[in-house]
Order: sequence, then structure tokens, then C-alpha cells
Amino acid sequence: MATFSTNEFRAGLKVMLDGDPCNILENEFVKPGKGQAFNRVRLRNLKTGRVWERTFKSGESLDGADVMELDMEYLYSDGEFYHFMKTDGSFEQVAAGADAVGDAKQWLKEQETYMVTLWNESPLLVQPPNFIELEVVETDPGLKGDTAQGGTKPATLSTGAVVKVPLFVNRGDVLRVDTRTSEYQSRAKG
Amino acid sequence: MSDWRPGTDRVALEARASMLVQVRAFFADRGVLEVDTPVLGATGVTDPAIECVRTRDGQVLQSSPEYFMKRLLAAGSGPIYQVARAFRAEEAGRLHNPEFLLLEWYRPGFDDVALMDEIDALLGPLLPGFPAWRLPFRDVLGQRLGVDPLLAPADELAAALTRHFTQAGREADVAALTGGERTALLDLAYAEAIDGWPGALFVHDFPPQQAALARLREDPQGETVAARFELVVDGIELANGYHELGDAAEQRRRFEADRARRRAAGRLAPDVDEHLLAALAAGLPDCAGVALGLDRVLLLRSGATDLDAVMPFSRSRL
Repeated sequence: MATFSTNEFRAGLKVMLDGDPCNILENEFVKPGKGQAFNRVRLRNLKTGRVWERTFKSGESLDGADVMELDMEYLYSDGEFYHFMKTDGSFEQVAAGADAVGDAKQWLKEQETYMVTLWNESPLLVQPPNFIELEVVETDPGLKGDTAQGGTKPATLSTGAVVKVPLFVNRGDVLRVDTRTSEYQSRAKG
Repeated sequence: MSDWRPGTDRVALEARASMLVQVRAFFADRGVLEVDTPVLGATGVTDPAIECVRTRDGQVLQSSPEYFMKRLLAAGSGPIYQVARAFRAEEAGRLHNPEFLLLEWYRPGFDDVALMDEIDALLGPLLPGFPAWRLPFRDVLGQRLGVDPLLAPADELAAALTRHFTQAGREADVAALTGGERTALLDLAYAEAIDGWPGALFVHDFPPQQAALARLREDPQGETVAARFELVVDGIELANGYHELGDAAEQRRRFEADRARRRAAGRLAPDVDEHLLAALAAGLPDCAGVALGLDRVLLLRSGATDLDAVMPFSRSRL
């Protein structure tokens, strides 16, 4: 794998730091007075999600991390692993553990496409699409005609996620949900 | 890759042009002569932390016009200024471009304090916050890091820096960054101390290790300090000035110390500029001089956060 010097650090570059793959978010070149130069670098640890800043001496270098982000289709869970398939026509599959799936677990729907981060070919992180359409499997009966009033109630979706929905929503409705905030957006058409 | 277009719009070009008009009018008013000296020289600086751009036949793009201008002064030019292109390899970032525009001027008969007054007068019409605050280097580090840069031993400086990073929730291996070496510790401490300092501030009376081309003197507490100042605006370094060192022998010692530091780090130790040393030996008038980054003045004027917005073609558009 290539190594990268601080002057090549830029947002999106994946590097190895303390044994973990990291994504560089920001790189600030700092040169005080006539002194030695430093780089203040913000990184995200791709294993833990932690974001932090580290100061490097300018000219220091880090190994690149063999990290790829791929769109993959969710197939099924065998109880221990979650299986995804490449969408490039190769039908290649990978199995992601619960750590990699993390919070995306409540948004896993068969045949939906997820962003899977692979490190050395194995899944590190699974991210759901920003918006997803899911069916309501459990909620209090809807209130007829009440489409304008405020007020919400909980609804359980087919993936197990629970979101707040307006009172008029019924079991069997298909909803569009923002996976970043778990917020109801609208009833899906059709 | 960027497209063919410049980073500046018409408004930014006008701001650049009118700043140069203001600068030239300011110095014409005060009887300071505009000069121009070579950008391509036979030698460059020995500074441990400045890398010059070198041509294949060993010539050097000047990192500042200082040495040529001092030769003019020693030859009796009187007060002079220059709007110069300057080059520094490997300096690239939001606030750094390898080629930039430097305003440099020298005032025979001035000391560093009188020169700070003149900078206040020059920048007052260009930027808010002038006249700038003035604080000794010692107080700036004392306030921000709780350490005395003149008296604290190296391990105490390192401990103060480590504490500073830890309190801010930032990671930095101070020992690895500085090698525990006093000058490197002071560099890092200074960078941290001025980061985000609000408003316009002259930091003056630098530690003697950071004298560069400034003469040494005693501060009011009797400590030896360098007659050097920097102007920092909103944490951005704008200018660096000295009550100039005129002692050729002392200057040669500092150049050789620079070269030794470079060799110890396994880096190129450039030849010293013998013409400059000969000019100092012949007699540099007692003077103060300063270099001021004009692109950064425009950056601060416009509220931009990246030099690309105020330079027609920054490094990303070449």
C-alpha cells in the first residue's frame, strides 16, 4: 500500500493510524513564525466512528488504508451475520458482523442498497440510504380525517425500527423515513 | 483538477489593485523609495524551517527580498520598500501558497517599536482593529499556556504543551513533534498560543533562540530577548519584523548554527550569502525592517477563509 505525506492529506483520504483505518476529514497546515511546520488533522476512525484531531509534524507520513466504499444489496441475516451482495453484476457476497452493521440494523430491508465500507475486503461499516421506504407493522388505529392536526404516535416498521408518525397513519401503510434522524417524512405513493 | 478560471472575481481583483495603490501612496508620502531586486538569486536563506525553490543550475528563488535589500541599505539607499514575489517550497494550505506577495520595507533610524507604529498607520485604513495590541512573547505564552518561555526548562515547556492539548481534547505527541528540543518546543507553543487570538496583536520580544536576523537586547525585567515582533490578526500571522542585526560576525555564527541544525536533521545545508555578510561588515545603517504578507491582508479584508479567493491563480489552479 502507498504511503502518504502530510502534504498529500486531504478530505476523503483513508490512512492507517495506530492500527485502525481512518478517514481524513480536514488537514490544516500550520507554520508559526519562522518555525517548524505542523499539520492539524481531523480524522474519523472507521472502526469506532470516533472523530478527533491530531497534530503531525509536516512531512510525516502514514500508510494508506485499503478501504473501499461500495454500494451493496442486503440479502438476509443468518442470525449471526448479515449478508450483502455486490451490485456490479459479480454476485459476490460478503458477510458483515453485528459490529459493522451497528445502528444500521434497524434499517435493513431485503433488496435495498446500502453503502458498505470494506477494509482489506471485509465489511467495516454499513450505512443505510438517507431515505428508505418501510411498511408499518404495528401502530394504534388511525384517526379518520385527522390529517392536519399535530400529534404523533409510535409506529413499528417492518425492520423493527420505531418512529413517531402522525395520527392518521395505519398499519400496512408504507412510509418514507429519514434514517439519519429516524423521522417520518411522508406516506409513500402506491 | 480545477478548471481554467481564476479564483478571484472582479471585486477581488479590484481590492488587490487598490491595496497596491494605497501601499505605494503611503510610502511615497513618507519618502520611502520603491525598489525591485532579483527574484532569482545565487544563494538563499539558511533558515532551518524555510525550504527554497531551487533551479536545476543551482539558482534560488528568493524566499524574501531581505538580503538584496540589506545590500542596497549598506550601499546607502536610505529608506526603501518593495512589493516582491516570494517563494517557499512545501508551504501549501488554506493560508499558505508556495508563491506569494510580500511587502518588505526598511527604515534607517527606526527601532522595532517605531516600525510597529508605522505598520499601525499603514494597516489602519485597510483592516479593523488598528492600532494593534502589543504583548511580549512571554505574556502571550504565559496567558495561553501558563509557562514562561524565557526561563522554563525544556521539560516544563513540554509538560505545559501536553497539558494544553489534553485540556482541548486534542492529540499531540509533544516529544515526537519537537524532539524535546527547546526551539521546536517554542515554535509549537507559539503556534498554539496565537491560534484564534482575536483582533490585531503585535507579539514582541521573542526568545533569543528565535532571533533570526534581529539584534538581542534586554527586556524591562532584564532578560535577554530578540528585538523581533510579529503581527497576528485573528490568529493569522501577517508580518515579521526586526530591529536588524548589523553585526556580520554574529550573523555568520547564526547562519552556521542554522546549517548545523540542518545537517543534523540530514537536510541540505545551503551556502551562506557572502555578499550579505560583506555588506553587513561594510556597515548596515541602524535600521528596522519588516515583511508583510499582502495576500493575507486581502484575505482578512474580504472575510475569505482560503487564499484561493484572493489570488488570481493559487497553487490549485496552475
